[in-house]
Amino acid sequence: MLAIGVAVHLATMIIAVQGGLSAADILGRTRHSASWATFYGVFVLAVAIHAPIGLRTIIAEWLGWRGRSADAACVAIALLLLALGWRAVYAVTR
Amino acid sequence: MSMDRSADASLDVRVSRSGGGNAPAHQQSFTVPRQPSQTVLDVVTYIQRRLDPSLAYRFACRVGMCGSCAMTVNGKPRWTCRTHVADVARDGRLDIAPLANLPVVRDLVTDMREFFDKWARAKGQFAGTATRHDDFARVAPTSEARRAVDEAIECIGCGICYAACDVVAWNRAYLGPAALNRAWTLVNDVRDAASRERLAAVAGDAGCHSCHTQGSCTVRCPKKLSPTASIAGLKRAATRAMLKGSL
Amino acid sequence: MTTLTARWRNRSHPAYWAFLVHRLSGIALLVFLPLHFSVLAQALAGETSLDGFLAWTRQPWVKVSEIVLVLLLAAHFTGGLRLLFSEFSGWQREVHAVMIAATAGISVFCALAFALNLL
Repeated sequence: MLAIGVAVHLATMIIAVQGGLSAADILGRTRHSASWATFYGVFVLAVAIHAPIGLRTIIAEWLGWRGRSADAACVAIALLLLALGWRAVYAVTR
Repeated sequence: MSMDRSADASLDVRVSRSGGGNAPAHQQSFTVPRQPSQTVLDVVTYIQRRLDPSLAYRFACRVGMCGSCAMTVNGKPRWTCRTHVADVARDGRLDIAPLANLPVVRDLVTDMREFFDKWARAKGQFAGTATRHDDFARVAPTSEARRAVDEAIECIGCGICYAACDVVAWNRAYLGPAALNRAWTLVNDVRDAASRERLAAVAGDAGCHSCHTQGSCTVRCPKKLSPTASIAGLKRAATRAMLKGSL
Repeated sequence: MTTLTARWRNRSHPAYWAFLVHRLSGIALLVFLPLHFSVLAQALAGETSLDGFLAWTRQPWVKVSEIVLVLLLAAHFTGGLRLLFSEFSGWQREVHAVMIAATAGISVFCALAFALNLL
């Protein structure tokens, strides 16, 4: 699922930046768009789950930080990404 | 690719010395005369017999069959009896240290207990059900399962892959490439009866899913095995079992 | 006791570099994400606010960073696909080397496509 999300996002970015990027360009595309909102809403969710899982392994292996506090930190980051991400999605699609 | 250094009649050898346990290691320098077809094991033996009898090191067969002589040579874990000085000595320099990721008993000798304990924890032993009264098992050597076993079965437990693996260094509980490789051969052994317990043993945080496919084990294995491939197989088997709910 | 360079000698092979790229790109992307989200959320303050920010992004170093970020995302993404493929499809050592090369190539291609459109 993430793979499709990333592929679409990458392609979109490559196409979108053609000819310069302005707020009107972006928002013109995304405002009031249920499909973009859904796509990016799901994308953000997937990333918010995926990234902290990777982070958990890295902090365990490279910082030696394991156990409940490490897990809690990762959950916190997941929630942070979710909050910021959905706020951004709302900001451009409302 | 080694330059012709026959003009250099001697080697500058740095050997890691330590009292073992938590004692810090220090380097001791020796000058060793070069010989044709000299191996690193020859060098270590010369040092212990002629220069410093207190040097502790391990070897047995000298001919690349037992794996006892594995050490870190210029940063890479190797069989010293099969490592020609001409291939590895840069500018006549050799750095010799014990195998990484294992406690040091003394100097170049490591304590391999944890290596074999993990082998046991990965359920690396065959569990049979047949008795002497049963007929021989028939296993087709060309079957996919048996070919998978044959590609991984030649491991002699030398510990080089374990020393080469960063995940072993970063995650003390990680079972390691050799133990997991052996588990894979047993998972594919149609005569073995302990598959479920074995998959459960290798599927946790300390098991196959901690492998990051760095591939150092495969690059360094003197028997040209691929623990990376075996562990990938375990990941598949474990995932399948999990999805089927049989884990 | 091995020296720093000696330690890295054991890690000088493609599969290890692929691992390192995957891990480091993941960390970089994770660090970048909150910034990215915050920027977009500027739109909450209105179009002109977002436009103002976008004008700032036309500076060369920002553009270069954006290209690098696309490269990192493409590298992380293709590396992940490579891992999924090699773990689930069975394994051949020869194929693996090719796949690492292919993922590197595709990542560079994506970054270049982005760069060409951006500049």
